[in-house]
Amino acid sequence: MTTLLTIIVLVFILIAIWQMVKIFDLAQAKTETAIPGVATDKDNTMNGYLMMGFLAFIYVITIVCCVKWGDLPLLSNSASEHGPTIDNLMIVSLVIIFIVQTVTQYLLHYFAFKYKGEKGKKALFFADNNKLEAIWTIIPVIVLAGLIIYGLNTWINIMGVDESDDPLVIELYAQQFNWKARYGGADNTLGKSNVRLIDIDRANILGLDEADPYAQDDIITTELHLPVGRPVLFKMRSQDVLHSAYMPHFRAQMNCVPGMITQFGYTPTVTTAQMRQTQEIIDKVANINRIRVEKSKDLIAKGEEPLERYEFDYLLLCNKICGKSHYNMQMKIIVETQEEYEAWIKEQKDFKNSLIN
Amino acid sequence: MSAHEDMHAHDDHGHHHKETFVTKYIFSQDHKMIAKQYLITGTIMGVIGVIMSLMFRMQIAWPEEPNAIFEALLGKWAPDGVMDADIYLALVTIHGTIMVFFVLTAGLSGTFSNLLIPLQIGARDMASGFLNMVSYWLFFLSSVFMVISLFVEAGPAAAGWTIYPPLSALPMAQSGSGMGMTLWLVSMAIFIASSLLGSLNYIVTVINLRTKGMSMTRLPLTIWAFFITAIIGVVSFPVLLSAALLLIMDRSFGTSFFLSDIFIQGEVLHYQGGSPVLFEHLFWFLGHPEVYIVILPAMGLVSEIMATNSRKPIFGYRAMIASILAIAFLSTIVWGHHMFVSGMNPFLGSVFTFTTLLIAIPSAVKAFNWITTLWKGNLQLNPAMLFSIGFVSTFITGGLTGIILGDSALDINVHDTYFVVAHFHLVMGISALYGMFAGIYHWYPKMFGRMLNKNLGYIHFWVTAVCAYGVFFPMHFIGMAGLPRRYYTNSNFPLFDDLANVNVIITIFALIGGIVQILYLYNFFGSIFFGKKTVQNPWKSTTLEWTAPIKHIHGNWEGEIPHVHRWSYDYSKPGHDADFVPQNIPLKEGEEELQH
Repeated sequence: MTTLLTIIVLVFILIAIWQMVKIFDLAQAKTETAIPGVATDKDNTMNGYLMMGFLAFIYVITIVCCVKWGDLPLLSNSASEHGPTIDNLMIVSLVIIFIVQTVTQYLLHYFAFKYKGEKGKKALFFADNNKLEAIWTIIPVIVLAGLIIYGLNTWINIMGVDESDDPLVIELYAQQFNWKARYGGADNTLGKSNVRLIDIDRANILGLDEADPYAQDDIITTELHLPVGRPVLFKMRSQDVLHSAYMPHFRAQMNCVPGMITQFGYTPTVTTAQMRQTQEIIDKVANINRIRVEKSKDLIAKGEEPLERYEFDYLLLCNKICGKSHYNMQMKIIVETQEEYEAWIKEQKDFKNSLIN
Repeated sequence: MSAHEDMHAHDDHGHHHKETFVTKYIFSQDHKMIAKQYLITGTIMGVIGVIMSLMFRMQIAWPEEPNAIFEALLGKWAPDGVMDADIYLALVTIHGTIMVFFVLTAGLSGTFSNLLIPLQIGARDMASGFLNMVSYWLFFLSSVFMVISLFVEAGPAAAGWTIYPPLSALPMAQSGSGMGMTLWLVSMAIFIASSLLGSLNYIVTVINLRTKGMSMTRLPLTIWAFFITAIIGVVSFPVLLSAALLLIMDRSFGTSFFLSDIFIQGEVLHYQGGSPVLFEHLFWFLGHPEVYIVILPAMGLVSEIMATNSRKPIFGYRAMIASILAIAFLSTIVWGHHMFVSGMNPFLGSVFTFTTLLIAIPSAVKAFNWITTLWKGNLQLNPAMLFSIGFVSTFITGGLTGIILGDSALDINVHDTYFVVAHFHLVMGISALYGMFAGIYHWYPKMFGRMLNKNLGYIHFWVTAVCAYGVFFPMHFIGMAGLPRRYYTNSNFPLFDDLANVNVIITIFALIGGIVQILYLYNFFGSIFFGKKTVQNPWKSTTLEWTAPIKHIHGNWEGEIPHVHRWSYDYSKPGHDADFVPQNIPLKEGEEELQH
């Protein structure tokens, strides 16, 4: 309802503007000697000043966004070993962008203001200058060469999987609209699988090969537990459509593609408990809870249940459009100490024992 | 060349007598009328696309809240005014498809290539007027199919404008993947046929029908941009057609090009051996050049308008052509940057990072050349000029974040988030729209013989410019916070609760920016009938279209086609009294032609 009212008000404002323009046109028509519809000196002056105003607007919106929402971007506090390398590269890129943006927008809008047209003035016939063009070809070349080398170095380090690290192998299994995790068990080796082997009646939900000895001790869970400090190699699989396993706090993402296995590896470095203690997360959680309390007040007034208090957790989100409930396809990730992890995994049923015969 | 002229002159003679309402306004073969048909069809599709975006923006800002507008426009898809999750995805999908293909490809390139190529190169019409007419009517037909798809029982296509299978291939995966997706594919197949006919016509016309003296290095940059755009289109659109045909085969005839090992809704499907990644490659082989098909014509229009209104030659004419060529070449070898996390080999990712970041170089050259064109000019700040300056501004803001997204290591964490949405809307959505608006304000007198209202134009520009930044600038921040795009609501993630107020602000800017376009529509349609009559060359421009009479005649010029004696940017040339010398004016004795 409020949006409808807002729109009606806006439409009225439009009509008002249109009427004002009409009056303005009539007033101008008497004095105007130039061709109708072509800018006069007066128009040039007004729009020249507006150009400077707009430049100020761009700067202000940049500053306001940075001040108000500057703590939102994930640029620090990453929870994986490679995270800081991505964050640093991101910060370097952002600084370069910020400088170029500030300078070029200034030149563009300032020139538009400074050289606004006047009758009788003649523009400078300046068609070419090889030196200038060489300068602004070479400078981007140098900057980009640096960024490319830096970027590719980072990328290769992240994507290279070192099997000699003995990573913990975990399968991330996607389906509309939830996630499962499969651990290799004591042998840390995932058993063979294929969607053609899925047997819902026997609870073989991921299509594991029952005859494969490696599959017997596999463990399937609906929460992802990771021991801190140990490299993890994720093998992604999807049973129906494309999904994307997105773990923003770990700076990790890989699509899950039906018919093929994709992979991404990282080493978690901060446990969930530690992360909850960092100042950044404490502030964020406090802010979110403040918002939730406000929202709950409205809900209670409407006679609905208030929202639960929020506690920080790492999340795995689906980040590739996958159908109706794409917006609610998530899994909790818990990073914990080796002992906690071992205690947890011991409680889980392995594949052999979870089958219904 | 003169043989051509004679032939055409002869043709015209025949045409004049036979023109009826149908041949003049409906099945017209006159490029000027076809341009207007493209523009008006594109405008109508644009209105649909923008209304859709406003609806899903309201849903994002006020999730699951009953809204009378939803109830009125979406009917059964918004029971009690609450938007359905499936239709949300459909709105996002169709908004993307309509804006990219129907507005910014056909509406922009179709309009201005048709209007300007014959007029600016000095030709009586396109090489084939008939193919040109067929091209428009195929586009019209594809628009009709797209609009019909909005009304099918199970809803329109909803798999995102990139229609990745298996989601788009399996009706059981999503309700929109039934009849809605079939119509989408049919519509796009027809659209591609239309685009190819158009492009071939543009290429042949530019190569063969230039008037005497119009060498390639005297062409206005508009023509260079349209010419290269058409070439990219011919190279890449057929690949999308093949992807669409293979997808149709998978959907309807049981082949397995893109599908393999699928278990859905309790049953195993027979597909084996296909790969969705193959589809991604085919799609983006067009999909990426497509963004340059959208932006290059806008760049051409802006270059021309900036030079005219600065009363200065475009700075670095040859560098501008070289950068168009470089961008066009690179655009065909960067598609993989959409697929860094698709499961593609990481080494391939490295190659695509390298080629992608290289595109920043010609882009930077263009931006600096535009800025230098303004320097020491005598700027006539007409609405078209404002939109051109706005174009450069948003192109820079949006383009710069490309160095983050093109960097595979950084893409990992911002891929498919709102950061991407902010980036491409600024760099190719808003920029190309500005280019289109600039073109419309500038060539409206050529199209309709009347002027658009300038004051309405100023209000249109300034409100749009503020809203465009208001919408897309904050979006970078929620993207970097990890908010995925295409989420119907974020309320299932308390983690994102602190982004909700940003989304409200974005939506308010979007609503204002959307509604102010009504002023423009009023100005556009009203001025066709009530605008002030124009003079022949209102902007004091050098190019040939302004030497043609205001009243449209089939064949463009009465009598002989003007010959060309100089390049198209002789503005404020020393030694001349006027601050512009049209291309058809012979060089003075002792005057040297500037060839840069």
